[in-house]
Amino acid sequence: MAVAWKFGDNIDTDQIIPSQYLVLPTIEDMAKHTMEPQNPDFSTTFNAGDILVGEVNFGCGSSREQAPLVLKELGVRIIIALDFARIFFRNCINNGILPIEHPCAKEISDQDILSVDLAKGEIVNQTRGKTWQFIKIEGYLADILNAGGLAAYIASKKGQ
Amino acid sequence: MSNNTNGMTATEFIIAQHANRDRVRPGEIVNVSVDLCMSNDATTLLTDRIMKKEMKTQKVWDPSRVIVIIDHQVPADSVDTSSVQQQMAQLVNDQGIDKFHMVDGVCHQVMLEKYVYPGALILGADSHTCSYGSIGAVSSGIGSTDLAAIWASGETWLKVPETVRFVLNGTLQPDVSAKDVALYIINLVRANGLTYKAMELSGPGVSSLTVPQRFTICNMAVEAGAKSTMVIPDPSVMTFFEELERPFNQPSLIESLQATKNSPCLSEIQVNLNTLTPQIACPHYVDNVRPLSEIQGLKIDQAFLGSCTNGRIEDLREGAELLKGKKVASNIRFLVTPASVRVYKQALEENLISIFLDAGAIVNHPGCSTCWGAHQGILASGQRMVTTGNRNFKGRAGSPESEIYLASPAVVVASAIKGELTHPKEVR
Repeated sequence: MAVAWKFGDNIDTDQIIPSQYLVLPTIEDMAKHTMEPQNPDFSTTFNAGDILVGEVNFGCGSSREQAPLVLKELGVRIIIALDFARIFFRNCINNGILPIEHPCAKEISDQDILSVDLAKGEIVNQTRGKTWQFIKIEGYLADILNAGGLAAYIASKKGQ
Repeated sequence: MSNNTNGMTATEFIIAQHANRDRVRPGEIVNVSVDLCMSNDATTLLTDRIMKKEMKTQKVWDPSRVIVIIDHQVPADSVDTSSVQQQMAQLVNDQGIDKFHMVDGVCHQVMLEKYVYPGALILGADSHTCSYGSIGAVSSGIGSTDLAAIWASGETWLKVPETVRFVLNGTLQPDVSAKDVALYIINLVRANGLTYKAMELSGPGVSSLTVPQRFTICNMAVEAGAKSTMVIPDPSVMTFFEELERPFNQPSLIESLQATKNSPCLSEIQVNLNTLTPQIACPHYVDNVRPLSEIQGLKIDQAFLGSCTNGRIEDLREGAELLKGKKVASNIRFLVTPASVRVYKQALEENLISIFLDAGAIVNHPGCSTCWGAHQGILASGQRMVTTGNRNFKGRAGSPESEIYLASPAVVVASAIKGELTHPKEVR
């Protein structure tokens, strides 16, 4: 079970991690400012395993990989949105975060209770009593996700 | 590999050449060799850490194809920033990378002036890397993990994008610019309208646009989600490279690219340049576009002329021409940042810089400057800026309670003179 943290359209990477914090020495330091322009309390109230939900064009803007990295640092493993910006989508997979494109994002409100079954490809909104199916990611991209990201995947292949 | 384009678009043809294939189709995932890759001070150290610590690779595959540019915070504005730049200098030294620029300008302008060429496949850890389609290269922005994999191997995988062809007709009217074309297109297709797609500019209207104007439109394509851009190189591109003193001599490649002109594509969208008017993107989304006429008169606190979108000599000339003999409105901060040292020197030679200074502007050393928001001209709560930059996201240039309006160089300078959003014809 996880809490949904719902945001609107066009959540850009400056919202996820504002540019002035990119020079901080570690991702841990940056993560304290995650989503700050949208919700200054986000980093202290989000619990690992909770689910981010956006609507149109989630992750647009800069290519900065610090955006998925601060999310990963706070324990984001799944993001649900109507659609994702291309670079952010790729950066999520490369860091072991599953971006799920699904129209159900419209039917999820902030603080709804969700459960996501990756093996079944099923999203349940327990607050609303609704269930949706999603197309599971398979093949090469699933291998990257399962390894925890592209770098870990490449490193694991090197050892073989 | 052949020069036969097999019914492919120019983008597909270039990707096929780098995948060592006679033909690729949209939607296919292919492995490609990368001609050039680029990163800047916002993305280089993260790339280095991922390559070394996580991919267990110590050396870049070919230092001559790796470009590293410091442009986001020039000169360094804090101990943290200075430490980042110090580590970057050490990194390029250790790796034997000689294409390293510490003070020369915004990465995309430096790439245009020194490195990019038609037919190349270029990836960069900066979202506006999509700009180089303006001269006939396939280029796209990527994250640091993808770049680290390229540093390690010289290769990456790409999904071949579908092409959306924008057919430009007519010519731009006075006081209407390439920036207005970009904003018009983004408004038309919306901020996600070109996600995963290649934007190709074609039609008779393209030949009336200069290469820098084409660059402005291609630069903004990512604000509609585009993966890459393409303008099939014509004689003006060849002249452009001759003027940069690095002529491009591969007529067979140019012929092949030109042969793709009528290839099948996902869709064609007609754009009439004759009827276009000045556009402005309002807070806090680039696709929140309105005609300037609807919002004229709104008071502003700051104006910015610069960025990889609009910091070239043509943009500075346009601004200086309007500003000559006039003053910036009282209590307005007007910042001018040439996109590169080459542009800066040209502006000095043409006496444009003294026009800006006499008018009361702040002239900054070339770099991303105010456009990226963590450096130079930060906005306080409640302040409004009109800018030639490319993004107006909430808090992008300072306080989340500030507002950013995107417009052309002429509109920005006219607004700086009047202290409110202004049509250029009102200050002529």
